[in-house]
Amino acid sequence: MELLMAISIGVLTTCGLYLILRARTFPVVLGLTLLSHGVNLFLFSMGRLTLEAPAVLDGSGNHADPLPQALVLTAIVIGFAMTAFVVVLSLRAAVELRSDHVDGADPDEDRRL
Amino acid sequence: MSHLPILPILLPLLCAALLILCYATPLAVQRLVSLASVALTLVVALALGAGLDEHPYWLYALGDWMPPFGILLVVDHLSVLMLTLTAVLAGFCTLYACRGHDRQGAHFHALLQFQLAGLNGAFVTGDLFNLFVFFEVLLIASYALLLQGGGAARGRAGLHYVVLNLTGSAIFILALGLLYGMTGTLNMADMAVRIGQAPEADRALINAASMLLLVVFGTKAALLPLLFWLPRAYIAASAPVAALFAIMTKVGIYALLRVFALVFGLQVGLGETQAWQWLWPMALATLAVGIVGVLGASHLRGMTAYMVIVSVGTLLAALSLATHQAVSSALFYLVHSTLMTAAFFLMADLVARQRGEARDHLVVTAAMKNRLTLGILFFVAAMALAGLPPLSGFVSKLWMLQASAGGATESGGSQQGLFWGLLLLSGFVMIIALSRAGSKLFWRQSPERAHNRRADPVRLGVVMAMILASVLLSVMASPLMDFTQATARSLLSPQDYVAAVQSLADGPLGGPPDAP
Repeated sequence: MELLMAISIGVLTTCGLYLILRARTFPVVLGLTLLSHGVNLFLFSMGRLTLEAPAVLDGSGNHADPLPQALVLTAIVIGFAMTAFVVVLSLRAAVELRSDHVDGADPDEDRRL
Repeated sequence: MSHLPILPILLPLLCAALLILCYATPLAVQRLVSLASVALTLVVALALGAGLDEHPYWLYALGDWMPPFGILLVVDHLSVLMLTLTAVLAGFCTLYACRGHDRQGAHFHALLQFQLAGLNGAFVTGDLFNLFVFFEVLLIASYALLLQGGGAARGRAGLHYVVLNLTGSAIFILALGLLYGMTGTLNMADMAVRIGQAPEADRALINAASMLLLVVFGTKAALLPLLFWLPRAYIAASAPVAALFAIMTKVGIYALLRVFALVFGLQVGLGETQAWQWLWPMALATLAVGIVGVLGASHLRGMTAYMVIVSVGTLLAALSLATHQAVSSALFYLVHSTLMTAAFFLMADLVARQRGEARDHLVVTAAMKNRLTLGILFFVAAMALAGLPPLSGFVSKLWMLQASAGGATESGGSQQGLFWGLLLLSGFVMIIALSRAGSKLFWRQSPERAHNRRADPVRLGVVMAMILASVLLSVMASPLMDFTQATARSLLSPQDYVAAVQSLADGPLGGPPDAP
């Protein structure tokens, strides 16, 4: 399971970073989402991966660390709100600037046409 | 347990909620609520400061959950300094915004209060994850404040700012996750103790986390490779918002100081932490970039934005010496530079309002109506910012130069020479740039008829008051100098902080490790 977790976090983060560095707002928003997924999984796994253990302290000593679960919940909520905000922001920028380039205008547009 | 330490968060938060609920009330009422909240926060900050004489650390365990498990608020000298500075600055900005800027977009005052809640929360929290949450609160509010009034430039700058800071937040969570995974705690004092106990095998990961935090806080503070968002965002923001943002870079510096002096510096000392070794060259490079930017700016707002970068570079260079005198002088400079760069943003707006199409661009145009008043204000503020006697810029820079001379004993004179050279060069370049700007704006004018828009007396008064504050900082520097010295002393002895938290804690900090 550790290997699967590590690979998925790595793939998500790599794809996220690649997309964030793209020049159009839509891939950038997608990249941010992927990155925050990867980061959330990472934060979650920092409580160590345990199987079939409750998240509460029942005295038996066999439990998963509940704190990262609470932290990741906070991070998910914040990340979700920020994604919504950045979607609206890029929509607005696309309407106002008549371009979905992250700089507001594509510097190579003339050459490409 | 006194409830005073949580008031700097609760007051603006409640006012913001109230303002959102009563969004239909007349603007006059909203302004009153907003100003009252800022004034009360200032009173609370001063009361907290007065209590520091008896006990140097205010501790407040939220919900009576004792550390290291609950969220802990800790107010010490540094927190009080930042709280007071924020409240004063916010007071000026709110008052300025009340003369029309708050009409440009909805919920201006509510957003401003949210921003204050986030700022104050970041200054008082003693919990690393809580610091992240308050960073998010202040960032979310700042996104909306930056976009107030709309327009293409703001949309473009806003998009960059938001995407950059979202990536920064992701890195922040990564660092937090790493630290939690290594130490099993989020309380800063507890984490500091546990990092000291960490086995050698975990060192590398802890160091990696500390460097990630340097990147995150460096982005907020506008440290060299991460500063290119700043000029565009600050230029695009409306004047009172840009003035308020003068404190935003300082939040990054606050977080750097707090986290590295306490969490990573408890065992080895601030100057020996790994991040601090990197800080010195990067701070000097930031200073150099700021100098070039100030020279190259084509309008007053742009020049001011680069002056913010110069001030960040200066501040971090002095802080990276990590001696008692250097840190005290840097904190004094922090107060001065925050107020003065904010005053310059507001003044750029005053100037722009009287110059018609030319705005604040450094071109010759028809004369301004209030040329004399604004000219004198500009002259005094420029002297303060460039560090000419007798104003606060001179006091703080002289102190920093002296401090670096005292602190360079073991690492040789080259460090001192470099710092002196760049600091004096930055002062010289500022004089050149500001006198060039001043003569274009105030002395030379085209023969057309003067613009006949008078400056708003309240706006003018706010800028005057801010410049007066600089004069006061220099005339009555002694109390503040004593205070920053006490601040530096408490910062550089984090074991006192840990002992204070320990006195409240349920068990010993760093106590029996919970086997994961």
